[in-house]
Parts: sequence; structure tokens; C-alpha cells
Amino acid sequence: MKTDVKLTSMVKTSGCAAKLPPEKLHRVIDNLPLMKSDKLLEGFESADDALVYSVTDDIVSVQTVDFFPPMVDDPFIFGEIAAANALSDVYAMGGEPAVAMNLLCFPSCLELDVMDKILRGGIQKVKEAGAVIAGGHTIADPTPKYGLCVTGYMKKNDVWSNSGAEVGDVVVLTKALGVGIVNTAAKGGEASQESIDAAVDSMTRLNREARDKARKYTVHAATDVTGFSLAGHSQECASGSGVTIEFDMGSIPVIEGALELARFGLIPEGRYTNEDYLFDKVRFEEGIPQEMIDLAYDPQTSGGLLLFMPEADARAFADEMDRPYCKVVGRVVPKADRDVIFKA
Amino acid sequence: MELDCRGLSCPEPVIKTKRAIADKPESIEVLVDQRAPLENVSRFLKAMKYNVTAEELDGEWKIKATK
Repeated sequence: MKTDVKLTSMVKTSGCAAKLPPEKLHRVIDNLPLMKSDKLLEGFESADDALVYSVTDDIVSVQTVDFFPPMVDDPFIFGEIAAANALSDVYAMGGEPAVAMNLLCFPSCLELDVMDKILRGGIQKVKEAGAVIAGGHTIADPTPKYGLCVTGYMKKNDVWSNSGAEVGDVVVLTKALGVGIVNTAAKGGEASQESIDAAVDSMTRLNREARDKARKYTVHAATDVTGFSLAGHSQECASGSGVTIEFDMGSIPVIEGALELARFGLIPEGRYTNEDYLFDKVRFEEGIPQEMIDLAYDPQTSGGLLLFMPEADARAFADEMDRPYCKVVGRVVPKADRDVIFKA
Repeated sequence: MELDCRGLSCPEPVIKTKRAIADKPESIEVLVDQRAPLENVSRFLKAMKYNVTAEELDGEWKIKATK
């Protein structure tokens, strides 16, 4: 049995960067028979991560599943991050998580104490979310992976879709970008403790506060920023809403040290696969530094919410959040030559 | 000096290259077989003030860096 093993040394790609590239995924799911039901309100076709299913005339369930390999070596923190990330899909629909189940792939060569800590990290975050966790499924697997299947309930009319952005809305991002870059650097032993702490603080943070506060305002569309990066997740919203999203590069919050690490080539492979599928849908204005482009394509693990709101609501929400990582970062404009445009 | 980083995933190629240039050689060649290490190793060597070019041969790249 291995007692002092680095979790990240057992994986090739970590966190949301381990997602299968979307162009490969779509080659398969676009050809699958689409199951229809009057009760299935959101499914595959809207590119939402969660599904919405009618329970009664005005109550729906929001269901999601998310799991990935570790991006940190501490098993408890890995459990917290994986749980915060899975719970986020419900928050991104405007919902409140109610019940969660564990999904765990665990190497037979590891001490059971490591499993205990991963699951305790998950319990901690589910508790913080005000939900309950019970049961689950465990598979012996050489690469550790953990996550949750989460269900939330909400009023049908309260669901935030990812395709309702309106021209004139402004865009609020509720977490800083750059955790993919910092995680990659940390794996190589190149990230400062300050950067690692900032990334862990961000990844373990629930999107609950952002969701709870945003509920008081008008939200036309929402999503969370994970493996497909800010560019990819905003492109899904823009395409689904029939609009273009403009970001002001200078206003995007950044994890401490991430830009410097990107300058030295400490960049996850997912940044390039994101660019490969998005390059003809996204445009960067002249003069944007290379490392800011890296940031826009950086796969995020347990990233923030991206909220599309009327301007007054967005400003009031950002003021109420009053967090350095929560900023108004762009606006929605009529459909232009690209779905997403990054301005210098 | 030549460094073989084929088959390695990020950030290993950058870390290996960093170790290889610890003694500040005048030039180094790094062999990679994927786009991410091609970009990342080139980026790293440029940040370390090398002049960098890359040559493609059969789906592999030879990154050449000189002072």
C-alpha cells in the first residue's frame, strides 16, 4: 500500500481539463437519438450540463453529474473541489442542491485513508451547500476520480437557461480565471504557495453565495465556467441566445501569478484543445497579450458563474457581492462576425 | 544538446527543458510530438531569452533554440 503518494502524479490530465474535447463529444452525441418527453424541459440540445425535469406543474428537478481526476495532492481538498464543482451545475441553473450521491474511482494500491479523506471533503461541501449526501458507487481504477451526482428542486419559472442572454445585458463573472494554469504549474512544482492557495481557495468555494445573491435580481441567462474555458462557455451562451458577447480583457479577474506562469509555458493541454474548436467562433482584438489569450482559453476547475443581467441589476449585484474576484466583465451586443469578441 | 520530450504530457516537457538549460547552454534542441508541448516549450525558451524556431517532421517537431 502506498501511504505518501502524490495524487496528481497518478493522472495525466486533471480536473475539468480532463474533459473530452467538445468536437469529439459532439461527433457522437449529435448522432444519438434525442429522447423527447413533455417533462424534459432542458436536455442535450441546449448544451446545458444539467437537465431539467418537471416534477409537478410548477416544480422541476435539476439533475447533474460531474467527476474528474485530482488536480491537487491533498485528498480532502480534492474531495471539496470535486464536490463544489458538481454542485455548481445546479447553482448555474439558479437552483439549490438538495441531494447528492458519490461517484468514486479508486486505485487498489492506495491506502483506504485516502478514500476516507476524499469522501469527507465531499461531505464537507455538500453540508456547506445545505444539501444531504448518501450512497454512491465505487470502482477500482488505476486513475483516481471523484465527483457527485446532484439533484436540486426549484420553481419552473425560476430556472436560469444558458440561452436567454439579451442585447444590452452586461456579463458578470463571479470567480477569477487561471486555475488551470496554476494547477499545471503546481504539478511541475513551479507555482508559488501564494498562487496555489489562491487557486485552492477559488476551486473549493461554492457558487452558492453568487447564486443566492443573484436570485434577488433579474438574470436573463447563466452558466458556469469550467473545462471549456471562458471563451467556450460564453460561446455556448452566445450561440444559444443568437447574440455576440464582448469581453473587456482588462476587467477580467485573474488568480495571483497565473499570467506570469503562462508566460513561461506552464499551460494545460486543454487550453490548446479549447482554441482548436473555438478559433473560428472567437476573435481577439489586436494588442491583447498572449498570456491573456491563454487565460481566455484556460480550462477552469470549479469555476465561477457567468451571469447575463440588465446593467443596473448587474452593477447592484456586483456591489452586493463586494468580492475582488466578482466583476462586470463584458456586454451582450447584436450578433456580429464572431460569437465572442475579446476587446483590449 | 538535444532533449527528447516525445510522449510526455504538460508540464513535463517544460520542466525537463528548464532542468536542461540550468547551465545556460548556447543552444538546445527539443523534440516534441504534440501541439501543447510545442507551444509551451517554445514559450518557455523565449521567456528565457532564446531565439526559437521549430521544424515539423512527420507529426513531430524539433524546437531549436539559440542565444
